[in-house]
Amino acid sequence: MAYKKRVDGRDWHETRPITAKAGVIPRADGSAYFKIGDTEAYAAVYGPRNLYPRFMQDPATGILRCHYNMMPFSGSGERVRPGGSRRSKEISAVTEKALLPVLDLTEFPNAVVDVFIEFPQTDAGSRCAGICAAAIALADAGLSMKDMVSAIAVGKVDDKLVVDLNYAEESYDAEVADIPIAVIPSTGEITLLQLDGIIDKHDLKKAIENGIETCRKINEVQKNALKEKYRK
Amino acid sequence: MSELKVSEKEIVVPGEVLAEGMSYVPSYGTYRSQDKVYSHRLGLVNVDGKVIKIIPLSGKYLPKRNDVIIGKVVEIMLSGWRMETNCAYSAVLSMKEASADFIPRGADLTRYFDIGDYVMTKIVNVTSQKLVDVSMKGPGLRKLVGGRIISVNTNKVPRIIGKQGTMISMVKSATGCRIIVGQNGLIWISGEDPNKELIAVRSIKKIEEESHTSGLTEQILNYLKDLIPDAKFEEKGEENGL
Repeated sequence: MAYKKRVDGRDWHETRPITAKAGVIPRADGSAYFKIGDTEAYAAVYGPRNLYPRFMQDPATGILRCHYNMMPFSGSGERVRPGGSRRSKEISAVTEKALLPVLDLTEFPNAVVDVFIEFPQTDAGSRCAGICAAAIALADAGLSMKDMVSAIAVGKVDDKLVVDLNYAEESYDAEVADIPIAVIPSTGEITLLQLDGIIDKHDLKKAIENGIETCRKINEVQKNALKEKYRK
Repeated sequence: MSELKVSEKEIVVPGEVLAEGMSYVPSYGTYRSQDKVYSHRLGLVNVDGKVIKIIPLSGKYLPKRNDVIIGKVVEIMLSGWRMETNCAYSAVLSMKEASADFIPRGADLTRYFDIGDYVMTKIVNVTSQKLVDVSMKGPGLRKLVGGRIISVNTNKVPRIIGKQGTMISMVKSATGCRIIVGQNGLIWISGEDPNKELIAVRSIKKIEEESHTSGLTEQILNYLKDLIPDAKFEEKGEENGL
């Protein structure tokens, strides 16, 4: 049984519809909304602000703290247990590492920039949506960044290479590889690369190429979202 | 061959190519990578000859020497006061810089400034670790008694003050309020009439929201005239809110 047609009828390299908006949370210093298919992410940036406990302060540069959180009824099936989990802690950490290479916080020694990413609804690809939203929010907060960061999940469902897997594809009854990838669009550098499943070397290379190409397209959406905020 | 990729006053986002070629010079908010000049933050492009810089539209206040700011006393230390400054770093007002009078050792410092008081101060020094020293020695620097404090985007402060203080003095004379604008985005407003105080708050918020539109002074003038029909406007502008 080969995978002949995608479950939602998309092309193999087509993403789900994307909407992005900057400045959606008035009290935050920077904020963004990023929706890809049925996955919705809100990111709010607070800071640079002072950081306690003191031992966490870094006199050389400001630090970045990300908080990834799925809301209790955001999943497609069972209720997600509210609060932090091993999974959310790990995703917070990789999100942080995906965003740090573009950020320059040396202007803010001993300070912290907090990024809160919340998901009211998810349908796979949430860490990528979160990174996209966070990048817009950080830019909206007026921080120094050498570029944006865009992210997308690529992978292989049965024998086909696909872009932007949804939950139905992730749990497809065959060999599936799910590869979230975050890219700095101007240079094509990769800041996040994870792999869940089985894929051979040749296909992995192809999948990553697809990812980089798609990230460049997502970058345009992110740019537009930021510019739209100030357009009159 | 050098080529400018964006136009003056265009909104750019981080990572956007501003110019190609070596003859353009990157300045504030931009950087060069190989032969291209990129934007380093969100803002408006400003091209001055061959120098490209970004005028930021958002972002928190970063303490700068000689800025007049409004601080809130949060801690009383052995020989001074620590103040919150609406940014990532707190400022220290030492006893010596606080008053022209001699303050004896062991004096009760709360007699001068107590926790929660707002004070208008001037930054005298900022270290590389962002330790901020402020002083009250200067014209008009004082404790702010009564009134209300509102906070605005620091990047909009120049617009709120206006050229030679035209904008803020217009609001002041129309509402009869005393207004002090701190560079850190805190604004102190105090008036006899609470309604007029509210109008002052609203007009400042309006300036903040519409700071990017041209002919704003005229627009705010009409706005104030609408709300306060008997307002008197003084012609002369003044520097800041001193």
